[in-house]
Amino acid sequence: MIVETGHFALILAAIVAMVQFAVPLWGSYKSDPILMRVAIPAAQAQLILLLISFLALMWAYVTSDFSVKNVFANSHSAKPLFFKISGVWANHEGSMLLWVMILSFYGAMVAMFGRNLPPTLKTHVLSIQALVSLSFLLFLIFTSNPFERIVNPPMDGRGLNPLLQDFALAIHPPFLYLGYVGFSVAFSFAVAALIEGRVDAAWARWVRPWTLLAWVNLTIGIALGSWWAYYELGWGGWWFWDPVENASFMPWLAGTALLHSALVVEKRGALKLWTILLSILTFSLSLMGAFLVRSGVLSSVHAFAVDPERGIFILGILAFFTGGALALFAWRAPDLKQGGIFAPISREGALVFNNLILVIACGTVLIGTLWPLVTEAFGYKISVGAPYFELTFAPLMIPLLLAIPFGPLLAWKRGDLRGAAQRLYAAAGIAVLVVIVTFSVTSGESMVAPLLIGVGIYIVVGAVSEILWRAKAFRTDWSEVGRRLRNMPRASYGSMFGHIGVGIFVIGSVATSVWNTEKIVAMTPGSTQTVAGYEVRFDGVEERKGPNFSEKLANFNVTKNGKQIATLHPAKRTYITRSAMPMTETGIYNAWNGDLYLAIGDKLQQGAYTVRFYFNPFIRLIWLGCLIMALGGLVSLSDRRLRIGAPKLAKKSPVAVPAE
Amino acid sequence: MTRKQRRSAMIFTGLGVLAVAVSLVLWGLSGNIMFFYSPSDLVEKQVQPGQRFRLGGLVEEGSLVRGQSTKITFKVTDNAKTVAVSFEGVLPDLFREGQGVVAEGKLNTTGVFVADSVLAKHDENYMPPEVASSLKKKGVWKDKDTKAVKGMGS
Repeated sequence: MIVETGHFALILAAIVAMVQFAVPLWGSYKSDPILMRVAIPAAQAQLILLLISFLALMWAYVTSDFSVKNVFANSHSAKPLFFKISGVWANHEGSMLLWVMILSFYGAMVAMFGRNLPPTLKTHVLSIQALVSLSFLLFLIFTSNPFERIVNPPMDGRGLNPLLQDFALAIHPPFLYLGYVGFSVAFSFAVAALIEGRVDAAWARWVRPWTLLAWVNLTIGIALGSWWAYYELGWGGWWFWDPVENASFMPWLAGTALLHSALVVEKRGALKLWTILLSILTFSLSLMGAFLVRSGVLSSVHAFAVDPERGIFILGILAFFTGGALALFAWRAPDLKQGGIFAPISREGALVFNNLILVIACGTVLIGTLWPLVTEAFGYKISVGAPYFELTFAPLMIPLLLAIPFGPLLAWKRGDLRGAAQRLYAAAGIAVLVVIVTFSVTSGESMVAPLLIGVGIYIVVGAVSEILWRAKAFRTDWSEVGRRLRNMPRASYGSMFGHIGVGIFVIGSVATSVWNTEKIVAMTPGSTQTVAGYEVRFDGVEERKGPNFSEKLANFNVTKNGKQIATLHPAKRTYITRSAMPMTETGIYNAWNGDLYLAIGDKLQQGAYTVRFYFNPFIRLIWLGCLIMALGGLVSLSDRRLRIGAPKLAKKSPVAVPAE
Repeated sequence: MTRKQRRSAMIFTGLGVLAVAVSLVLWGLSGNIMFFYSPSDLVEKQVQPGQRFRLGGLVEEGSLVRGQSTKITFKVTDNAKTVAVSFEGVLPDLFREGQGVVAEGKLNTTGVFVADSVLAKHDENYMPPEVASSLKKKGVWKDKDTKAVKGMGS
């Protein structure tokens, strides 16, 4: 009964979405404020219905109702409760339900928190948002019904893919979708602006918090995915330039560009058309990501069972929204008033530079990702791997990285490049010092890596020194500096943290890519191997049983300079429901300067095992950097100017002005 | 700076970055793409030793041999032609005889494919599209595989 309620709520939500799309739009055409206001309760009702639907599916999972096909295919009664819940979105149908629920969540949030929005803009935004929702609801209902029943319910389910029974991957999709789907709000705002033919500073100020929220979640989502791939797959790596990874990275790049270009619209009234276009592109890339991941047109190491037919439907959605929005753009753009052209050396000039690099870099990733499809059309199959992306993406990023500290130091309208450079002397000095130290410590193994680490340090110190400079540190007494630091807008701290995160990420990714060590050896129990100064003794393998799996647990004893440091237990697990799919659990020792990483492979003769050793220096900085970036986004989001949303029209003073 | 100079400064920066990006892309695509061949393609296209490519097909039943230490040999087949593969390292968890596989490496002079990586996958029901289509072409694609995939979701 509960399952049918969920299904019914899903269909009802589609009908509500239809109403939310059509009625307010008609109302705005007829200038009927009552019809226009229908959008608000409709958006709320849509969220409530989808919540009911989602909870119904969750109920089916928690109670292990195997008469539901989706539950049967992806769950098992012996699975721990946490993974029963996360199993809801660890499959195509359930994850699409989560996707539309988040879509309606954003719609309802705009309806509820967008009090300051002009009624027509709000109406149009909610109407477009409903159209996006509707398309995915139809997709769900007609091709991917999660509530489908089985006539003769089996006794137990097939269990969830063991790789997905993991904490980071359980919470990875919700964050990722909050990101992907969050960009739909910017898209709806862009389309609404095109319909109305008006973009102004207020528009940008309304769009920015939504974009920021989506961006924060996407950043966390991608970082979680990368972290999971690192510790779960046993390959020692954190990013493989795989199509599925790129699918999430491209909207991130475009979204990062959007965050920065919206600033220019807000502060200077320029870059309007570009920002609109970027909003459309960012969401289109999110949709394209959904298409690439679910259709399986590209060969991916991360691909789970995929279905080309459903892919076609998503491709249709993508074509409809991207094509429609771009056509609208082409039609309406000439009517939008353009901002003036501005000085290249200025804050807005720096932001344009940021956009230029990010969008072009995103383009190179796009070409590399889709290239196999192009050549396949000409009859030969290829794959584009990491070397391509390292060759194209990385060099393009370097000028941007060097420019980051300059951006916030340049004034709007007309910046002083020399003045900004002078303020970065400290950052550059410290960076040069670090380059020299790194170069000598690593005994000159690599020329490029110390330089790149220097760039990372320079970004971090540069971001801090910008804040200090604005607080007049070292130039006035410290109580005044403290007061200035306290009064500084949160958005300034937000951008500081965002940029510090980038710097830390750069340091971590360079260090681990260049100086990691890898060793694959066959070890018999009792033998010892030395990796990066650690002596690792193999103490044999024991069998153990978990709640829904059995495992071969290896014991390793780690010592350094004769001192016992840790015992590590990498394992091979076999889940009872998917015995054909053993999986690797890694053993990681986390030292201050990096990770000692162990994974065991196949059993060889005489009780020997293949063992993979890695030492990944400073790899944690990669995810730490991402977290700090996300934190920067959150701090920025808490800025009062964004929270209250819009510059309200000054209310007429309630105190009557005495008549002359 | 005049308005005109500002505009041209912007345009030139933009075109400059774009030109760098385009040349990087062309350079990258000319040297860093990897062809995908099935065992039959190797004969048809006369792939030379030393060229890096991806080999895809089914792991032949009974062909997996574990040698000294971490060395492994197996055979990849598309049921028309078969290629011997040698690999040193850890096979992915889902490596199995009779199942699809994609390996990366080069042919040596004796015609053995020396793989430096054997690609893993995350799901027992997933078949890389290249392998699937080359098997379909050879007519050895079993339809039950596609059925198993459908309705599994994710």
